[in-house]
Amino acid sequence: MKNKNKFVVLLALLAALALLASACGSDNGDSDGDAGSGDTESSGDSFRIAIVSPSAKNDVAFSQSIFDAVTRVGENRSIEVDVSDGLFVVEDAAAAIRGYAEDGYDLVIAHGSQYGAPLQEIAPEFPEVAFAWGTALDTFGLDNVSSYSVRSDEGAYVLGALAAEISESKNIGIVGPIEVGDAKLYVDGFAAGAVAQDPSVDVNINYIESFADVQLAQEAATAFVNNGADVLTGTAQMVVGATGVASAEGVPWFGTQSNQTTLGPDIVVASQVYHWEIVLEDIIAGVENGDLGGESHILTLENEGLVLEFNEDYALDPSLQELADELVEGIVSGTITTGIE
Amino acid sequence: MWSEFFTVSSIVVTLAAGIRLATPFLLASLGEVMGQRSGVLNLGVEGVMLLGAFGAYYTTFRTGSVWLGVVAALAVGLVMGLVYALITLVMHAEQGISGIGIFLFGLGFSDLLFQRWVGTPLPISRLPEWHIPGLSQIPVIGEVLFQHTPLVYIAFLLVPLVAWVINYTTFGLNVRAVGETPDAADTLGVSVLRIRFATILIGNALAALAGAALVVPFGTFQQNLTSGRGFIAIALVYFGAWRPRGVLIGSLLFGLVIAVVNQWGSLGIVSGSLSSLTAMAPAVLTIVVLVMVSRRIGAPSALTKPFDRTA
Repeated sequence: MKNKNKFVVLLALLAALALLASACGSDNGDSDGDAGSGDTESSGDSFRIAIVSPSAKNDVAFSQSIFDAVTRVGENRSIEVDVSDGLFVVEDAAAAIRGYAEDGYDLVIAHGSQYGAPLQEIAPEFPEVAFAWGTALDTFGLDNVSSYSVRSDEGAYVLGALAAEISESKNIGIVGPIEVGDAKLYVDGFAAGAVAQDPSVDVNINYIESFADVQLAQEAATAFVNNGADVLTGTAQMVVGATGVASAEGVPWFGTQSNQTTLGPDIVVASQVYHWEIVLEDIIAGVENGDLGGESHILTLENEGLVLEFNEDYALDPSLQELADELVEGIVSGTITTGIE
Repeated sequence: MWSEFFTVSSIVVTLAAGIRLATPFLLASLGEVMGQRSGVLNLGVEGVMLLGAFGAYYTTFRTGSVWLGVVAALAVGLVMGLVYALITLVMHAEQGISGIGIFLFGLGFSDLLFQRWVGTPLPISRLPEWHIPGLSQIPVIGEVLFQHTPLVYIAFLLVPLVAWVINYTTFGLNVRAVGETPDAADTLGVSVLRIRFATILIGNALAALAGAALVVPFGTFQQNLTSGRGFIAIALVYFGAWRPRGVLIGSLLFGLVIAVVNQWGSLGIVSGSLSSLTAMAPAVLTIVVLVMVSRRIGAPSALTKPFDRTA
């Protein structure tokens, strides 16, 4: 009897916590409504998109880039968007992907290279549902899977060249997460651009082996500054630790994935922004025509999926703006290559 | 490259970073020492750290006062202490499972509140460094030891304070008695529940302060920003053989190893796969020392055992 009472009290406590949580609402499985009309009601004519991402949809980095892109898609057509973010655990993401497929979404976006294995297993079970997976190039030979990736080295090359020009100490620090995917491309492209612009520049790269460790990103940036770096950059969602150091020390920062000006309005020079809507528009058009996938899509400077956005509040020398434009033109025309495979 | 690492300036930078990195571990594990010495294991440290970190961030974000943020973190820790005490002391729930529940709650709830109330990780005011007059001017030592934020000094000053409380006060004597032989302590008139209630509150408050120590130096918050530090803090309690001095040594060792690996990365000494290997060094070190320590020193006898006077 006594144990039963304890169980009831424990149940009541958990229920209270659950009520508290539900009162605040949840972002996991959060419906962002009909982006085309601003109406939160589901419309029979709306194109239904689900996004599954590893970090928060407003992380000013990887996950935000896809969420912003879908929002931009919604400016031109009626869509209904649902988001499950913060799913670092692949098994949780797999459950979300399967759930959206069962619910019959028109397009399920698995936004994380780590989601490949579960997607390969789930997609064949739902041949009528279109899936998109990034950043990746493999579609597993499945007709209902599209993959998308990004040549993040292209914009990074331009930003690296600007960094080399801005740096007075000729010492640049790059805070990387784990040496994979678009993060590695960005880091390598940035270093290549800096050295190509000024061979005397010393570019130091520190992969902290984590996408989430903010304190370690902060310490990596601090170490760079203490070792003489006067320009910093970095990629992935843990860079908020590094931008904090850049702000405190007044060190110029170059961002990527999303526009990171809000992280340091005084120190962010420019950001390479992923405009995934370029590939999403293609994928959606295909789905509407009965083509559910099977192709790989890549963002580049040429197709304007990669855009360099400059911070208007940062006093960048006009000659450097011209340099950036020239380099972008060179990469687009093919006269300049980053040298990164 | 190696010659760059062995310069005075590089060593100073590395040692100072090691002390900063040790601070969250030290605060959280000191609190856990108090709890475990009284027989209470709290695996929810990580979750309480996250909630404390968010409390500090959000309060600072709204008020502009970093110190109010620190106070808010302490308040969050006390509230979570009340919840944990209710679950483990009143309802006699199994401590391991309850702690994991607290961790999961902290992980999810901190992110939920952040998404709902803030959204984008906007910068907040940072806690400035306090350069101790006179001492901070001492070459090398001054920069390593006396140019930190106040939370660093507080963490290190807590070591002798907690040691004194445990070893030389009536309260500390009762804590030890309750953690070793609660029935005997109860027979002698010591309130086991009150002592454990107090240590749970202290432990959770310090865990939340550890979370604040991750937020206020660089002024931002991110989902799951503790990255497992709460669990490492629990391991450091075993590493330190349930003694504040041992926990201090463990925290410093852990912080310094991370700082050394970080400095190697920043100087380009390690890269690629070697970088991945060196990143594992702190975890490997902890496992090795834990194996050595566990053979030598036993845990408090009543650790994880609920006390029921009527049983």
